[in-house]
Amino acid sequence: MAIEVRIPTILRTYTGGAKSVEGSGQTLAELLGDLDSRHQGLRDRLVDDAGLRRFVNVYLNDEDVRFLGGLETPVTDGDTVTVLPAVAGGSR
Amino acid sequence: MRYDSLLDSLGGTPLVGLPRLSPAPDVRLWAKLEDQNPTGSVKDRAAFFMIEQAEKDGLLARGATILEPTSGNTGISLAMIAHLRGYRMICVMPENTSVERRQILQMYGAEIISSPAAGGSNEAVRMARRLAAEHPDWVMLYQYGNEANARAHYATTGPELLADLPGITHFVAGLGTTGTLMGVGRYLREQVPGVAIVAAEPRYGELVYGLRNVDEGFVPELYDPSVLTTRFSVSANDALRRTRELLDAEGIFAGISTGAALHAALAMAAKARKAGQRADIAFIVADAGWKYLSTGAYSGTLEEAEERLEGQLWA
Repeated sequence: MAIEVRIPTILRTYTGGAKSVEGSGQTLAELLGDLDSRHQGLRDRLVDDAGLRRFVNVYLNDEDVRFLGGLETPVTDGDTVTVLPAVAGGSR
Repeated sequence: MRYDSLLDSLGGTPLVGLPRLSPAPDVRLWAKLEDQNPTGSVKDRAAFFMIEQAEKDGLLARGATILEPTSGNTGISLAMIAHLRGYRMICVMPENTSVERRQILQMYGAEIISSPAAGGSNEAVRMARRLAAEHPDWVMLYQYGNEANARAHYATTGPELLADLPGITHFVAGLGTTGTLMGVGRYLREQVPGVAIVAAEPRYGELVYGLRNVDEGFVPELYDPSVLTTRFSVSANDALRRTRELLDAEGIFAGISTGAALHAALAMAAKARKAGQRADIAFIVADAGWKYLSTGAYSGTLEEAEERLEGQLWA
């Protein structure tokens, strides 16, 4: 078991084109660190000194991690993490 | 109930219980039927407040031109009011929105400028800004940053909900301009200690996100995350499934974004039940399903419907 991380098209240059990759860690920060060891540069596109980048949204099992604990959000095997660029809403 | 005109009938929508989808007698779901507004969506509230404010500010006079980036409902609401009040209406709309919306807009006399499908509403916003700069006499109400949008919900939707459901514990709505969540959220937080404000954000397919650069995304100016308790990203599959469940179990024929709100509402209901807490969870039915029939969302299997929805803006 591992944690599945879904990568948006724009960042797949870091994953060799893969739509999703697997990683491990106790927290989101550790997970991103683990991913960066195999997909170098990916973490820098998601995180800056202040935390998650403004136009990057990260969801743990569909819930926005900014409301869960940010980079310190605990993650466990079997979780799904989804990374998406922020977009404007739909039928509005 | 009798009103002097259609616009006078705005708001005051029913809040109906969902006895079959509610998981327990003390964990209950309630649907606020915003499709029962003058043009059939929650957007009538924001459109009316934004136009009234612009008139008050002297920005709009008969013959004026309103420009708005919209993938549908706001455009329809604005077009109806503009039609009645003698304004010209131009909508900048992503080309991947349903044909019904275009036809309704044209019926109300609105002009439509299409923006590229890739990039969804971000691109429509960008294009509208460019047009507004080129035509300084046009009035862009700009729902994503117009305080009257959130104020409409602070002044009407929020108080209506609290009057109908004094024991409300959760409020759930779709996240787009964020106006509904910010307005209702602020009102309820002032009135109901501990109330949870929950956003359901549509998660689109590859085409919509495909070309989005993570360095230049879009966050509506109205958005204040401190108003929210949490925020869910809901896939097209989950939204479609819940939209159909709502019709099957409770008879409510809603648009697809309502399925996303219901999905988040059910997630909160499950959490409350697990924690042994009572809950009265109200969510917004933003519109009915009529405008989405051509998307194929209501026919065939879920998988077929999801496939047909790929690349479309469904909320």
